[in-house]
Amino acid sequence: MIFPLSEYALTVRFSDEMNEEVNDNAHQFARWLEKQSIKGIVEVVPTFSSVTIYYDPLVLGTYEQVRNQTKRWLEQMEETIQPKARTIVIPVCYGGEFGPDLPEVARYHGISEEEVVRLHAEARYKVYMIGFAPGFAYLGGLPLELATPRRATPRRVVPAGSVGIAGGQTGIYPLATPGGWQIIGRTPLSLFRPTHRQPSLLCAGDIVRFRPMTEKEYRMWKNDDGSCR
Amino acid sequence: MTVRVVDGGFLTTVQDLGRWGFQKDGVSVSGVMDAFASRIANFLVGNEGDEATLEITMVGPTLHFAIETIVAVCGGDFFCTLNEQPVSLWRPIRIHAGDVLKIGACRQGYRGYIAVAGGWQVPLVMNSRSTDRKAAIGGYNGRPLEKGDEFFLPDVVDLPSLNWGIPYWAQSYIKGKQKTVRVVEGPEYAMFTPESKEQFFSSMYEVTTSSDRMGYRLYGKKLETCNAREMVSEAVTFGTIQVPPSGQPIVLMADRQTTGGYPRIAQVVAVDLPTLAQARPGQYIQFQRTTWREAERLYVQREHDMRRWKMMIRNKWREARGAD
Repeated sequence: MIFPLSEYALTVRFSDEMNEEVNDNAHQFARWLEKQSIKGIVEVVPTFSSVTIYYDPLVLGTYEQVRNQTKRWLEQMEETIQPKARTIVIPVCYGGEFGPDLPEVARYHGISEEEVVRLHAEARYKVYMIGFAPGFAYLGGLPLELATPRRATPRRVVPAGSVGIAGGQTGIYPLATPGGWQIIGRTPLSLFRPTHRQPSLLCAGDIVRFRPMTEKEYRMWKNDDGSCR
Repeated sequence: MTVRVVDGGFLTTVQDLGRWGFQKDGVSVSGVMDAFASRIANFLVGNEGDEATLEITMVGPTLHFAIETIVAVCGGDFFCTLNEQPVSLWRPIRIHAGDVLKIGACRQGYRGYIAVAGGWQVPLVMNSRSTDRKAAIGGYNGRPLEKGDEFFLPDVVDLPSLNWGIPYWAQSYIKGKQKTVRVVEGPEYAMFTPESKEQFFSSMYEVTTSSDRMGYRLYGKKLETCNAREMVSEAVTFGTIQVPPSGQPIVLMADRQTTGGYPRIAQVVAVDLPTLAQARPGQYIQFQRTTWREAERLYVQREHDMRRWKMMIRNKWREARGAD
């Protein structure tokens, strides 16, 4: 389904439902389009199950014209081989001062803190989309055993890099903001890097894994530039 | 040489036409709220149109210039003085070293734009000079202007004398306590009840005090959807009208997030966004339905008009130079 969002943007929705395959289609189309460097396309924004194309109507024409062109792009993309998704490993120092809610999450599920860390770090996550805040990734794949309600009282400031759980979701705070997620650890990596060519560390479609690190490793890492590519 | 901020005003930020290209990274576009006024102000000082301007709100700043240059103030009807002598908006203003430009209260409209020859110089962050307060990037250290801030700008010398400005009719969108804003049906328009669809177009919506550069929170007849279908977040843009469970619409503005998950009842046509940007809390919005075809025609027409304004102003400059 293709529909107009504004005079200079249209959305391609792959399905009204959201599942892994639909999500893959959206990322692949967005990446393919970006690679073509088409004159008149301002930017391409993939979300859970759709792709929005921002364009210059003075270059690409009316909605009707751009929609027809989009259909041809979709056909062209199908004939190309898709690259494999990247895997990004995010080191996390779990518990202690960096993960003040780890004991609470463990207590909530009646398991040990080590077990929470093991479950969280063993799972394979997928970046469904980036949104809400600069560099914030919506991750799919949190083990059901770790789903935990938000804190009753949100914190006034959650430091950048904090790794948290809220309901069935896990995520990383790219910036220091107020928040009610259960914070179980922190990564020394910068999720949002304004001076970088690719400001968000994570991209839609990436595979994410968490790797436990000690507090000593965290402190050493923090002295580096925070880039992991 | 410098321009020093003597008083920052109510909310003054550096903005250009936005930080496009990074929405996939979750970065807001930001940029000017009223692109028409900002572009015209730039044309008036001999710029291309996409340079950074100072966006001023309600009460403007006081600036001390240690340089020779030219500025223009366009947008809302701000009371404006140069060395305590009233000066007009929507026209070029000669600035001499030592001059103090003071921008007071806004009598009609809500926002204004101060353009300077060559554009306000701040570092480019992700290809834009726009201030993004949430991410604390761009503009002047990612924040509104404060007393003591300084800009380093070149002297612009050999300026001819000027005696012309933008005609009154082109500023008419600023005026009025009730504003008519054209919209096109949004992607989830069909989800709303027949009564809500009717009310959306027939009743007025008030701009509430919790409106800001991120969004205009409106208040009026409650809008309801027929079925509470779970929605998946999708891209939203400038002028997208979302309806959260409260039933009160929110029009997304310059500092909007990149994606949203509420039903989108309508989309404000791009050429009417300046009208909306000039509405202040307490004023009323009347939505008027139009079609995508018409919205697109208006968009292209506006771009042609902007080119004409630019040409016309260039010619004025040329004449003034020749006459000197």
